[in-house]
Amino acid sequence: MTSPNLRKSPARFTIPKLTYRVWMVWHRNFDVFTKTIAVNFLPSLLEPILYLLAFGFGLGGFIPSIRGQSYISFIAPALVAISVMNGSFFECTFASFVRMYFQKTFDAIVATPVSVEEVVAGEILWGATRATINTTIVLAVVAAFGLISSPLFLLVIPFAFFGGLMFASMAMCFTSVAPNIDFFNFPSFLFLTPMFFLCGTFFPLTSLPVAAQGTALTILPLTHVVNITRGLISGKLEPILGLSPATLILVSLTWIIAVTIFFFILSINLMKKRLTS
Amino acid sequence: MTSQEVLIEAQGLTKKFDDFIAVDHIDFKVYKGECVGFLGPNGAGKTTTVRMMYCFLPPTSGELKLAGLSVNKNCREIKNLVGVAPQEDNLDPDFTVIKNLIVYCRYFGIPKDEALKRANEQLKFFQLEEKRDVSIAALSGGLKRRLIFARALINQPQILLLDEPTTGLDPQARHLAWDEVRNLKKKQVTIILTTHYMDEAAVLCDRILIVDKGKIIEEGSPAELVKKHVGEEVLEVYYDEKVLPSLKEAFSDAHFEHLGDRLQIFTDKPHGVFEGYLKEHPMQNVTIRTANLEDVFLKLTGRGLREE
Repeated sequence: MTSPNLRKSPARFTIPKLTYRVWMVWHRNFDVFTKTIAVNFLPSLLEPILYLLAFGFGLGGFIPSIRGQSYISFIAPALVAISVMNGSFFECTFASFVRMYFQKTFDAIVATPVSVEEVVAGEILWGATRATINTTIVLAVVAAFGLISSPLFLLVIPFAFFGGLMFASMAMCFTSVAPNIDFFNFPSFLFLTPMFFLCGTFFPLTSLPVAAQGTALTILPLTHVVNITRGLISGKLEPILGLSPATLILVSLTWIIAVTIFFFILSINLMKKRLTS
Repeated sequence: MTSQEVLIEAQGLTKKFDDFIAVDHIDFKVYKGECVGFLGPNGAGKTTTVRMMYCFLPPTSGELKLAGLSVNKNCREIKNLVGVAPQEDNLDPDFTVIKNLIVYCRYFGIPKDEALKRANEQLKFFQLEEKRDVSIAALSGGLKRRLIFARALINQPQILLLDEPTTGLDPQARHLAWDEVRNLKKKQVTIILTTHYMDEAAVLCDRILIVDKGKIIEEGSPAELVKKHVGEEVLEVYYDEKVLPSLKEAFSDAHFEHLGDRLQIFTDKPHGVFEGYLKEHPMQNVTIRTANLEDVFLKLTGRGLREE
C-alpha cells in the first residue's frame, strides 16, 4: 500500500510554534518551587555571603584596590552575574533532566494539549525565572553589604531574566544530548568553571593576554553578563580591547540577545528530536 | 453497544526507528463505543501504535485519524479528546494525589473550580479519598495505577488509551481496573487496550487485533478467534510415543502440538469427545479444558521468547 501522507523527517529544524500553554509548564515548576521554598532560598542566600566574607574581606584585605575600587566592591557585580548563570544552568540541566528522564513528567504533559515545544520552552522560562529569583537574593545581599554605587542597580532584576534565558537555553541543549545525569559534569567543569574564573569576575579581564580577552568576549557568555551587571551595579566599566564602556554595554546586550534567540530555538529543536524519536 | 461510526482509522500506518520497523503498514478501524485489544509479544509494536494515537510519536508514513482528525495535523484537538493511561508510572512525584489531578486539569485548560470538582469526583470514584493529600511516593503500585486511571479520565475523554493497564497489579487491583473498563464501556467511551494477559483481553475486548513484528496478523472477537484457530476443546497429556498412534487414529482431524514433554490435542468437535476416548484408554496426568485465547496467541505468534 502506498503512503498518501509521507512525512518529512520529524528532525527537520523549525521555528517552534508556542502558545500560552508554555506558562502551564512554568506554573507546574513554580508550584513545586513554592512548596519547597525554604530549601530553595537558603543556598542562594548563603553562597554570596560566604564569597563576600572569604574573598571580599579575607582576600580583599591584601588587595588595597582594583582600579580605584575596593576588592569587595569589584567582585560584588560578578557574584550577581554568576548567580544568573548558576540559577538557570543548573535548573535546566540537572533539574530538567530529572523531570524528563526519571520522573517522566514531560511524557505525562505531552499527553495533554500541551506540545513538546511548549514543555521545553516552559522549562527554559522557568530556568530564567530561577535565575531572576536567585539574582534578586544575591542583589539584596550585595546591597546589605553596601556595595551598590549606581542608581540603575534595580535594572539587574529584569536583566537577570534575559541573561537566565540565555544560560537556560544553552543548558537545555546539553540536556537534549545527555545520555545520563553524570554527563552534566562535562559542561559544569569545562564550561561553567572556566567562566566562573576567567570572565572578568575576580580580576579585571584586561589583566589577561589580549588573545584571551578576545576569546572571552567572543565565546564566553558570562563575560557579557558581567559587563552589564558591573555597569548597572558599580557604574564603573573599564574599556576592553579598545571598546568604550558604552560600546561594551551595547555589544554585550546585542551578543546576549542574538545568542539567546539562537540557543532557544536550537534547544527546542534538539529536545523535540530527543523526545519524539 | 458499538455503532457503525468509525472513531479511529489507520491506513498504511508505519513507524520506523532508524532501521527498525516497529509498525509496518497496518490498517485498522475502531468503531465508537468499542473496546479493542492489541495483543502481541514484547516488541510487536503495540505501544508504538498507541503512542502514535495520542501524537506522542509522529508516524513515519501512512494515515491515522481519530474522530476524523489527523495525527499529522490536529494533535491539539486529538489530545483534548483522548485520555491516556501509559504503561509506566509518570505521575508527578513532586505533588500530592489531589494536586496531581488538579495540575493535570490545568494542562487541559480546565478552570480552577471545575478542576477541583472533577478531581474530587475522580478520587471518590476510585476510592482514593483517604489518600487525597498523600505524596505519590507513599502509594502502592495498585493505588498508583488507580490514580493514573483517574488522571486519564479527568478531561472526560471520548477515547481512552490503556497501555498495559494491569501489568504488575495484584488480582484485587486488576479486577477493580476491569470493573472500571466495563463501566466506561457502558458510558460509550471507546477504549484501546494493549495487554499481555489473554484473560484480560478475553473478558474486556469486543474485538482483538493480534500484532506481531509490526503487523496485524489476525483480528476478530475473542470467541471467533478461539473457534477459528484452536476449536473447542484441548486435551493435554504427557508425551508418550507409545500412545501417540492410538491418539492420532482416534482424533485424525485434530491439531497436535508437541511441547517438550506435553502433548496438546485441539479439536473443534463438541465437548465430550475426549472423555469418551479416555474411558476406553485410561491415562494419568490428563487435562481436558476449553480452548482459550492463549492457545490462539501461542499458535499464531509462536513460542520463541521475544526481546524487548
